[in-house]
Amino acid sequence: MVADPVPLQLAAELFPNGISRYAVGGLFVGLGAAVIYVGTGISAGASTFLESTLSYVSGQSRFQQYVASRDWRLVFTLGIILGAAVYAVAYQGGAWTTDVAWWRLLLGGIFVGVGTRVGKGCTSGHGVCGVGSASKTSLAGVLAFLLVAILTAQVVAALGVTP
Amino acid sequence: MPLVLVGGLIFGFGLGYSHMARPEVVLNFLQFEDFGLLFVMFGGAAVTGIVFFVMPRVLDRAPLTGDPFERRLKSFDRNVLVGGAIFGVGWGLSGICPGAAYASLGIGNVTILWALAGMFIGAYLQGWWRSRATDDVDPSPTGAD
Repeated sequence: MVADPVPLQLAAELFPNGISRYAVGGLFVGLGAAVIYVGTGISAGASTFLESTLSYVSGQSRFQQYVASRDWRLVFTLGIILGAAVYAVAYQGGAWTTDVAWWRLLLGGIFVGVGTRVGKGCTSGHGVCGVGSASKTSLAGVLAFLLVAILTAQVVAALGVTP
Repeated sequence: MPLVLVGGLIFGFGLGYSHMARPEVVLNFLQFEDFGLLFVMFGGAAVTGIVFFVMPRVLDRAPLTGDPFERRLKSFDRNVLVGGAIFGVGWGLSGICPGAAYASLGIGNVTILWALAGMFIGAYLQGWWRSRATDDVDPSPTGAD
């Protein structure tokens, strides 16, 4: 890990884990999207994978529009999994599992599945590529999901649901 | 395809390195206990922002596909806000978003399969519903999300 600059260490209350891990990780995330864009002109996003992959098994007309892109999306997702695995082997020292309750993951996942598709993007499509494009639509999308997510997480925490 | 794989690898490594692949870290952020996560999204957007700005001025077309370099611009309508809000509920409840969920599987988090199953169920539900809606107008079928 890279050491944080001194002034930022003073902001320890806001950043109890420092910022280097986040900033370096974010740069890699952006770099990954940038590499794909430079070579192919594609601005990559992660949530369309859900629908494009469903087109392999479902004949619903909504999914058919993603048939052309479903192969590279599968490869992209495979890359994400492998890349995270490289991190796990190199830095994490083995597997890590969450303590967040299964029903939160499942229920939250359903909302994420509906919401990202209706809203035309997720944290990578709107957040990284859309904001990078200075797209007003994406900025609005990011604000919408960020504010509602904060509200939801605060309510859940206030209800005493941990973890 | 190999390039997409490499890009995905870097992308996934970043999600792992930033700890964003851990739902707990995302929830800590949303509960104002650790603002570091802001650096992930805006750090990523800063890199793509520069590349999206520079590439169209350097090259006419992408070398591998021959596609023109375009910014990621989606049409704005009510769906962006409605969908964003629904996504927000899910993100705030579970601490998981699509890219980070795939990456979470990569760091050995098998519990995340619950969230992945939920996402596919959710995506299928809206697809099933919108396949039936006659007035479904989504003018951006080729865009990547």
